[in-house]
Amino acid sequence: MTTDGQTPDPEKEKRKIKSVKKMKEIMTNYYIEAKTAEQTGKKVAWITSGGPVEPLIVMDIIPVYPENHGAMIGASKMGVDLCEKSEQMGYSRDLCSYARADIACAPVNGGPIGGLPRPDMLVCCNNICGTVLKWYEVQARYFNVPLFILDTPFSHTEFSDEARKYVRKQVDEYIEFLETVCGKKCDFDRMAEVGKLSVRGQRLWQEVLDTAAHKPAPMSAFDAFFHLALIVTLRGTQTVIDYYSGLLEEMRERIASGISAVPREKYRLLWDNLPVWYKTKWLSEKFAAHDACLVADTYTSAWCGSLKYIDENDFLGTMAEGYSRIYLNIGVDEMAETVIEMVDKYDADGVVMHSNRSCKPYSLGQYDIQRIVQEKRKVPTLMIEADMVDERSFSESQIETRIDAFMEVLNAR
Amino acid sequence: MVTLGVDVGSITAKAALVKDGKLLATAVIITGYNSKNAGNTVFEKILAEAGVNRAEIEGIVATGYGRNSVSFAGKSITEITCHAAGAHFLNPAVRSVIDIGGQDSKAIVMDEAGKVKDFAMNDKCAAGTGRFLEVMARALEVDINDFGSMSLKADNPAKISSLCTVFAESEVISLIAKGEKRKNIIAGIHESIGSRVAAMAGRLGLTSPVMMTGGVAKNIGVVKALEGKTGKSIEVSEMAQLTGAIGAALIAMTI
Repeated sequence: MTTDGQTPDPEKEKRKIKSVKKMKEIMTNYYIEAKTAEQTGKKVAWITSGGPVEPLIVMDIIPVYPENHGAMIGASKMGVDLCEKSEQMGYSRDLCSYARADIACAPVNGGPIGGLPRPDMLVCCNNICGTVLKWYEVQARYFNVPLFILDTPFSHTEFSDEARKYVRKQVDEYIEFLETVCGKKCDFDRMAEVGKLSVRGQRLWQEVLDTAAHKPAPMSAFDAFFHLALIVTLRGTQTVIDYYSGLLEEMRERIASGISAVPREKYRLLWDNLPVWYKTKWLSEKFAAHDACLVADTYTSAWCGSLKYIDENDFLGTMAEGYSRIYLNIGVDEMAETVIEMVDKYDADGVVMHSNRSCKPYSLGQYDIQRIVQEKRKVPTLMIEADMVDERSFSESQIETRIDAFMEVLNAR
Repeated sequence: MVTLGVDVGSITAKAALVKDGKLLATAVIITGYNSKNAGNTVFEKILAEAGVNRAEIEGIVATGYGRNSVSFAGKSITEITCHAAGAHFLNPAVRSVIDIGGQDSKAIVMDEAGKVKDFAMNDKCAAGTGRFLEVMARALEVDINDFGSMSLKADNPAKISSLCTVFAESEVISLIAKGEKRKNIIAGIHESIGSRVAAMAGRLGLTSPVMMTGGVAKNIGVVKALEGKTGKSIEVSEMAQLTGAIGAALIAMTI
């Protein structure tokens, strides 16, 4: 607390992550570059968050993420307005709020940055959900631009050879699509380089997240939600590597000097599902008030979770499997295993699950995952119902009671 | 040692005074518009009725939705922990609690000491809550206190399929328009609450004995419907509505 409301609290200042400033600069420059692409003659592709961005980097196409934009809309508390607008346009409230916000944003250039730059093409990969197919079709019609769909079969228990070949073939078609739209050939040597950079970036991101295994954790999931933007948007570039190397160093320094994300870390919790973008501060303070730190989450780790399937020396050949076997495209048993591994790795005392009205693939198996985790690790879990962008689906007093009660349960153990 | 528990709910505010582990007095008022005032009013009421001086009280815990607005409380504890403690006090054998209050419903599983092991709450929707019943009572022009006895006389409970209070209300209005008997509509409403709460409790896994707490426990129709849907017998204390306040007073002894 500040005493006069002017001087920053040194205790709070100490805990602030210094890399944040650099990150903001990078993201600002990235959006400026994207928004001025028309003047600079660069092409812009809109791509889904789990889509293979590396070929776009190789082709000098600027990737733009409606989902990252959706997160910004949510964090700026502009979600309700845009969701309502989309509902006026005829879209159901049951649809994903990222999709609704994005669709409503396009005709009015709304949102915190005045809309996304007009796309020259759309790239849609359905490894994250089925909604993106229709969402991207809507936008392809609206902007009258070509759409490429990369279909990644769901990996219920295993990934068959047929599936591997099927997706691998589409990777070739994807590159041909980009060559046609850009009117130039793909440089496969550069592809190999970008693939290596992508893998290095993902490994570094994992290392950054892993620093939270230290007690007390130098960063929380709320920090990860923020720093995630780079691995999503600029994967495959040197920028990501430079930034995360710096961030990793800062985290190690924080560990060395005993700086923790939460002042008196007593409880370590795992977060499941997307953030509640418009309430991250409230949630972070709420948990911190209970001396609880959300040390890890299944969401931000999804951008490095399928590294085991990728061979950095044969990126193009193995990325089909890597992109197909991400957290949201696997069976519930495997998801539960991932959660259990994280509980062990970060030594979590409990799991907080956000049942996200928008994200069906993420929320569908949660009760099963909850049961499996409780059976196998005996850690309590808390379920909170909300939505990542649409504030109308958030009931503060109910969620507050649940969190307070959950912390009372943990405290009594 | 005298301690006080204050439970400011969305519809009623309750208070309980406990002296040396025994229940001394209780009070209930309507919360109304100002939950902060409700806390003060119920506090003054219980002091006056019990003839206890404010200075004698050594610990105060607030619970319920208005728990953070009770300025005179030493600590606020959620109703989940308080209902478990209160139910344990009323019957130490109890291992599960179903609490249906004005704003939400909860299922709680506890250990032999009355500590919460796990809990589940309804999603953010009024269906399956006391408020839901109030809305229906208004639509049916029936005193909510008569709901229980009326529903027991039903010969053919109506089907209320909607999970949403607003939609369920229009379903009820259509049933009224069709000339369906009140007792059958009320029984249908209870069945729908029973299904909803039983689904939530089933996810948690209830351990017997089960006790129902909260104001809605006064409604025998809901209790019977819940017994039917959960397949477990459910006990109800005369103190059901006061369970949270009693639990809060007991917890106040320990802090």
